[in-house]
Amino acid sequence: MSGTFVGMPAFPEAAREAVRNTTLRANLRHATHTIRDKRARAVAELDDWASLREAGKQIKDHTLRNLEHYLLQLEESVTAAGGTVHWAGDADEANRIVTDLVKATGESEVVKVKSMATQEIGLNEALEAEGIHAYETDLAELIVQLGKDRPSHILVPAIHRNRGEIRDIFEKEMGSWGRPAPEGLTDTPAELAEAARLHLREKFLRAKVGISGANFMVAETGTLVVVESEGNGRMCLTLPETLISVVGIEKIVPTWRDLEVFLQTLPRSSTAERMNPYTSTWTGTAREDGPSTFHLVLLDNGRTDTLADEVGRQALRCIRCSACLNVCPVYERAGGHAYGSVYPGPIGAILSPQLRGTQSEIDASLPYASSLCGACYEVCPVAIDIPEVLVHLRERVVQGGEVTRHGTKVTLRPAKGHAAERAAMRAAGWAFGRPAALRTGQRLASGTRRIHPRTLPGPGRAWSATRDLPKVPAEPFRDWWRRTNGGQTEKGGKK
Amino acid sequence: MRVALFLTCVNDTLYPDTGRAVVKLLTRLGVDVDFPMAQTCCGQAHYNTGYRHQTEPLARHFSDVFGSDEYDAIVTPSGSCGAMVRELYPRMGERARAEGRGDGLATTLAPVIPKTYELTEFLVDILGVTDVGAYYPHTVTYHPTCHGLRSLGLGDRPTRLLQAVKGLELRELPGAAECCGFGGTFAMKNSDVSSAMGTDKVRNAESTGADTLCAADNSCLMHIGGTMTRLRSGVRPVHIAEILASTEEEPLS
Repeated sequence: MSGTFVGMPAFPEAAREAVRNTTLRANLRHATHTIRDKRARAVAELDDWASLREAGKQIKDHTLRNLEHYLLQLEESVTAAGGTVHWAGDADEANRIVTDLVKATGESEVVKVKSMATQEIGLNEALEAEGIHAYETDLAELIVQLGKDRPSHILVPAIHRNRGEIRDIFEKEMGSWGRPAPEGLTDTPAELAEAARLHLREKFLRAKVGISGANFMVAETGTLVVVESEGNGRMCLTLPETLISVVGIEKIVPTWRDLEVFLQTLPRSSTAERMNPYTSTWTGTAREDGPSTFHLVLLDNGRTDTLADEVGRQALRCIRCSACLNVCPVYERAGGHAYGSVYPGPIGAILSPQLRGTQSEIDASLPYASSLCGACYEVCPVAIDIPEVLVHLRERVVQGGEVTRHGTKVTLRPAKGHAAERAAMRAAGWAFGRPAALRTGQRLASGTRRIHPRTLPGPGRAWSATRDLPKVPAEPFRDWWRRTNGGQTEKGGKK
Repeated sequence: MRVALFLTCVNDTLYPDTGRAVVKLLTRLGVDVDFPMAQTCCGQAHYNTGYRHQTEPLARHFSDVFGSDEYDAIVTPSGSCGAMVRELYPRMGERARAEGRGDGLATTLAPVIPKTYELTEFLVDILGVTDVGAYYPHTVTYHPTCHGLRSLGLGDRPTRLLQAVKGLELRELPGAAECCGFGGTFAMKNSDVSSAMGTDKVRNAESTGADTLCAADNSCLMHIGGTMTRLRSGVRPVHIAEILASTEEEPLS
């Protein structure tokens, strides 16, 4: 896969292109509105949704507070069940571990069930550099991989593509990756799915190594859980001889009982289903059934640093349902690629700048990629207050301050590019601290209103290029109030 | 009942008609309205852009101006500024405490938080009225602004008030709960996405056939209205206070 997120421009620039792409806008509008409405109906069916949401939040918070304990318990359980646990501090370490494990099998091909964590660390590229081909088997991931594209959604990575585009990609690319698309392929969903099925079946039956992520890891038994809709996950998890799972450390839950909550909230929030079609669980290895070798790579890659932040840590509750993407008006118009990360949308806007830091242009711009409308918080099944974290990260960008990077507390300097804004905020703060100064400013504006331009120069164009400026009134309210003694000396109806 | 009008800096400077409408409406309903002249800004734009520390003096100033026992309530014709005081002032106090700066800020802000009401909330919950004796013979569609809808939970209060207005025909706005794209500094920092959202909001408003788009927050209406005139839309943006203040004797011109 050639598409990576390295060197992405800041969000506003990337979004500018997306906003003008009418095909993309139509694809996203249709897809997000459909799933948004379905989700609302699926959630409304449950009387105890608010309790499930609160329970999910509390389970995650409890687990994160005691993360070390549960991770060690998990390691013990997985080891006892015949698996091997590896600890990866960052992306490079995780990639090295996985690459070495695959090399040790002597294989040069792996099949993958869709995994956010392996995309986060760029595993496919790392494997490719060592001559190992990774085949994505999730339908949407396959579309992205064949199209040399990047994923743009957590759950439906090819949401930015319509059926016609998918047909063209299959017809053009399948042949160079394996079994070609059938002759005369049309863009009907059934035909497209069948083409993918035939193409992938070949890979499933040949592969000796499978790579997965996981939705949950149960500490008490060492069980991993993958929920999915297509059955490709189950193929990847059961057919190969060696299974390697790369999972973020925050995916842990203490007990099986905790799954009761998430197996209700996750499918309803993500695909608007009461229950997802395939829920696969596995515990280490089993004799004469499934993979005979199992490796679990526990990935940190910025998670413990995120955990150190009192406000930002709630982002680690995320169960990757993508409800926040589907309801987000900014995501709907900017598309997933503009977020420059495998985690797009509102959750990505608070996760990426925490996992990667706020130093790059794209990461410093992500906390501002929101109108703070709050729709994301409303639908989040683990009650992540995304607007709260966005504002918190904005503060980190403009004011700097203490953060944890690689386990060490460091003090960030304010980001560049906010000097004019900072000065404006300071000036406004000064005026707002002095009512007389505010009044002078208002009078100046009112007094010169006849010569105000309809459009603004310089940075003001950001407003006036698409919107007229409000007309400044003849006098501010406070002058009217003083002049008429609160309206008492004014004749009725007169303005 | 004596009420302090927290008009907001945007309304004071750019939308004095809304302020006059609130005064007229509340006076008509028997409320004694005062406009504390020392009021300036609640600090919402500072806070939401990431300048929490610079917001603190503004919040303290707000509390100095409005904290007096003289007032039974603080009323504002802005969902987002109301949410700033009610939802974010407590959070600012908590953060100061978490930063080891003690209870000072939380204590200073405490008196104004529970007394602050958005206008429609004050009318329905405190005064207990939905029919305010208004007259506005137009077709109107209502846009529930995000902070009023989701932070304050205004629910159907604004539409109940509008439905009781004589002569007014209320038309449902498709995609009403979706943000208009203003978002304070978002409108400038991400102007392309903001404008795209605004255009869609205007298109939805036009699809209702209403001649007026009503909302309870002038900053959102500044964005939507500015988009409307640029698009030569012809739909008129009007703050809900101005509709509710309008009567047969003194109609909104």
